Amino acid sequence: MRDTPVYVFLVLALVAVASAVGVVAFKSPVRSALSLVLTFFTLALLYFNLGAQLLGISQIMVYAGAIMVLFLFVVMMLRLSGGDRVAEKTDKRLYVAIPLAIALTAVVLIKFVQPLFYMPVTKVGDDYGRPSEIGPALFTTYVWPFEIASVLLLIGVVGSIMLAKRKF
Amino acid sequence: MTDWLEGLDPFALAVIRALLLLVPILVLVPGLIWWERRLLSWMQDRIGPNRVPTLTNAKGRKYRLAGLVQTLFDGLKLFIKEDITPAAIDRKIYFIAPAVALFPAFALGGTMPFGPPEGIWKYLTPVADIDIGILFVLAISSLGVYGVVLAGYASNNKYSLMGGLRASAQLISYELAMGVSLLAIAFAAGSLKMTEFVKTQEAPLWGEFPSFQNWFIFTPFGFVAGVIFFICMVAESNRAPFDLPEAENELIAGYHTEYSSMKFAVFFMGEYAAMFVFSGIFACVFFGGYNVLPVNWGFHAAHAPFGNEAFGLADGANYWLAPAWFLGKTTFFFTVFIWLRATLPRLRYDQLMGLGWKTLLPVAVLNFCLVGVWLILEDMKGARYGWVLALAAGLLVTAVWIAIRNAMPQKTERRKVVLVDPKRAS
Amino acid sequence: MVSILLAQADTNPVREFLSGRYQWDHGHYLFMYLALGLVLFMIGAVGVVVRRNPVVVFMCIELMLNAVNLTFLAFARYQPDHWVDVLGMYTQTDAAMTGQMMVIFVMAVAAAEVAVGLGIIMAIFRMRNEVDVDDMSTLKD
Repeated sequence: MRDTPVYVFLVLALVAVASAVGVVAFKSPVRSALSLVLTFFTLALLYFNLGAQLLGISQIMVYAGAIMVLFLFVVMMLRLSGGDRVAEKTDKRLYVAIPLAIALTAVVLIKFVQPLFYMPVTKVGDDYGRPSEIGPALFTTYVWPFEIASVLLLIGVVGSIMLAKRKF
Repeated sequence: MTDWLEGLDPFALAVIRALLLLVPILVLVPGLIWWERRLLSWMQDRIGPNRVPTLTNAKGRKYRLAGLVQTLFDGLKLFIKEDITPAAIDRKIYFIAPAVALFPAFALGGTMPFGPPEGIWKYLTPVADIDIGILFVLAISSLGVYGVVLAGYASNNKYSLMGGLRASAQLISYELAMGVSLLAIAFAAGSLKMTEFVKTQEAPLWGEFPSFQNWFIFTPFGFVAGVIFFICMVAESNRAPFDLPEAENELIAGYHTEYSSMKFAVFFMGEYAAMFVFSGIFACVFFGGYNVLPVNWGFHAAHAPFGNEAFGLADGANYWLAPAWFLGKTTFFFTVFIWLRATLPRLRYDQLMGLGWKTLLPVAVLNFCLVGVWLILEDMKGARYGWVLALAAGLLVTAVWIAIRNAMPQKTERRKVVLVDPKRAS
Repeated sequence: MVSILLAQADTNPVREFLSGRYQWDHGHYLFMYLALGLVLFMIGAVGVVVRRNPVVVFMCIELMLNAVNLTFLAFARYQPDHWVDVLGMYTQTDAAMTGQMMVIFVMAVAAAEVAVGLGIIMAIFRMRNEVDVDDMSTLKD
């Protein structure tokens, strides 16, 4: 599989950055959540561009399909109960945060990332993202983290149910 | 034709495949709406729309064509109806919600094959034969929640919002059981590709009888997974008996209360397209996809004592008319959707959630373990022992579970309600 | 300050890029993906600092996690040639798998974190009837 052309990446990158800025910039939390959904979708497409198929579809299923629905739920329930009266006037911290962020990005880019521009790099074959490759690795080499992650998710489920109950 | 298709630019070929998916669905949706209205009416002991294309010839004789054009004129009515938009809504979200609801309905068919991956059909279907085929279906169906939630939210109406939230809770609950039941089938097929699913079903029935095909619905674990998947499909398309979110006597019209004319038509179309594509996926995964009957025509053509040519012809028909068989199966399952709507009463919300979490999900997980047991036994002892032992294990587990459920104290006691007292003379 | 930093760079990629015909190489893809990950991370960081609605703060945290995921996958795909491999046992496939495993576990952890965190936010809201991160800075009350 040849590399997809650069403009695919550029378009996706632009959409991702624009919707990420939207997450931070929108006053209404529902619009922020929807921008984040678009960001996740775009990132999933970028993962497909990188050849990581299973991870791309997991990104859509887990992040865009489940986590963001959870976020939208909470935002809407807070709205129903009148909890979104946070007066979000333009925060003064923004005037410090944005220049600092830009400066930090520039420093990291130029000092750390830019040397990688000319480094010889090997592109891994396109099979690395297939379920037939990830499956064996997940159940043999990485079985310990896998099981611990499943226990962690169980803890998350139990914890969120306990938090949601009104009386024990 | 095959050579021309082979020589095309892959992007143009992909566009052709996408159109081959989209255009038939768009064209068939009015027909599906007509079929639903007619069949539902017959099941409810009435006639349904049958007058619309009433053609009067020169002598004054009227010909009624079974109401086939009714949907077209209903669409026209929805198109020219007054478009009422409530005042205090979130405009942008209000307008994109129908589009967001429509997108997953069509995108679901992206990995669904309606022809065998040989010869000419290899270039025409499915739209994308990716390695993660069935996961694509699950991911896109989980995106179907957004249309409902956004529609409920943007209407600035408490009842719409509640309808939207309840609908999304229902959708994400049934996604889980759907995913686990499909996992069991992926386990048995050994791959996540949809074309692999259909190919695996062309193996001999139960490993024993090469004259029949091993459709997953005929296998015990596939039967359980099929039933679970079908129930979850009905819940995912918000159809009766799971149509609480759009129930008329519950929440006005639920999440699409404030949508009139064309936007409502888009929701409507999205629901029918989703039902149609889901039926297609059910046919593909459980019922052998594009094969007309669970019969291995090639085997019969080679080994039958007489009539070899007829079997050879049947094999050819199986290949060349594959989309027709697929369409037939899909329409059959769509009919089952309508049948369920006519027959079963609506589930209450707590009954609905209880069914999804407390019944379907455990059964799906147990089914998944059963498939694992079957695979191991098949490797160790051969197919025959594998089936028998796995079936025995499944029955044992089911018996134990039913015993435990019956032994636990019931939260709501079952009481008889006498509606009409038979003793009093009516 | 930015111009000083730019002057310290080896070459100016922008000038090369604008020079017309350009051979896109794998190292360039790596750079672009990392730059995108960095920009998304910074946007998320600004969001965490500036926004006052805790749910939006959570969303920005998720954005940062996703930027990190992108970085992991970029390195899994485009692996620099000159890295030290002491035992000689760690092949390129292993490195690609490691990158993807990290992403899988980041996704799992983020999912669990979101579930519990949103539960906490709802519990706080039930108690106080309003949500504002700046007002909830004391542990008591």
